[in-house]
Amino acid sequence: MVTCPECESSVVPAGTPVIGEIVECGECASELEILTLDPIRAALAPEIEEDWGE
Amino acid sequence: MSPAEPFVVLASRVGASEKRILEALSRRGIAHRHIDSRTWWHPLGDRGAHPIVLNREIGLARATYAAEALEAAGSIVVNSARATALCGDKWRTSAALVEAGLPTPRTALGLTPEAALTALESIGYPAVVKPLQGSWGRLVSALPDRQTAETVLEYVAALPSPQARIVYLQEWIAKPGRDIRVIVVGGEALAATYRRSEHWRTNVARGAVSELCPMTPDIAKLAVRAAQAVEAEIAGVDLIEDGTGELLVLEVNHGVEFSGLQQALGDAVSVADRIVEFLLEKSRSCSE
Repeated sequence: MVTCPECESSVVPAGTPVIGEIVECGECASELEILTLDPIRAALAPEIEEDWGE
Repeated sequence: MSPAEPFVVLASRVGASEKRILEALSRRGIAHRHIDSRTWWHPLGDRGAHPIVLNREIGLARATYAAEALEAAGSIVVNSARATALCGDKWRTSAALVEAGLPTPRTALGLTPEAALTALESIGYPAVVKPLQGSWGRLVSALPDRQTAETVLEYVAALPSPQARIVYLQEWIAKPGRDIRVIVVGGEALAATYRRSEHWRTNVARGAVSELCPMTPDIAKLAVRAAQAVEAEIAGVDLIEDGTGELLVLEVNHGVEFSGLQQALGDAVSVADRIVEFLLEKSRSCSE
């Protein structure tokens, strides 16, 4: 479980978390990036850049 | 990159699709490493280990340069640098589709907004203007008439990047509130979904809903040919149906996101497992 840095809600990653994983805060819809696993920490994910895509 | 890790997943962002792929590799006990492309650098001339690299970098510039550098060093990159460059640019994609003789909406390129306005007289209204690069329907605009086109192109003319002022235009296709996303892996059309929306931009990122689409021989054949046209071994091919029901190829995505499609598919096919199997086949063919 990680704490959303935006709204301080608890966010539970699906399955086993991995570093770099993007999870969405169910409360404020912020995208978070998991930075460390032990202890598990997350920060706001980088903003979408112009050339991002599929 | 260590030779003990024959497979590398290059990604700065581990989204749901990347996580499924990493989990499929781990589940099969396949040695691999996830490299965060934000920390990756490459010394020119280094031809050390030759892993097979699954390029899942979300930024087109980073994905293209990484693929070129890794291929120059002897790695097999999926998708290749050429496929990434072709898929990452809508004009190059369209040119490859037309070259392959595939049905696609009528398209024109204007080297200036003024030229684009002239081109629109030939394309006709309504039309669509799209940025050459980018995904998820961002900045794709409908041009119902000349007045709107003049306004939109005035904004395009004010964009700071020279590339952004090159204008990609397409005829408007009156699609039936949906498009079709087909996942192609290794020359096989694995699955297809309808993406339905009340908005004319039927991107899932814009709220379109994915639901299973029956895989017909026509859909499978066209999607596989489209992926081949842009040399993409793993691809998300977008098809649309015109007013007569004919299928047209809209675009091919080299870094296809498949989490929504997988949810619609259920357990019928695992896209991530099929991607891993394809990487294993690649590895076997390289060692022969």
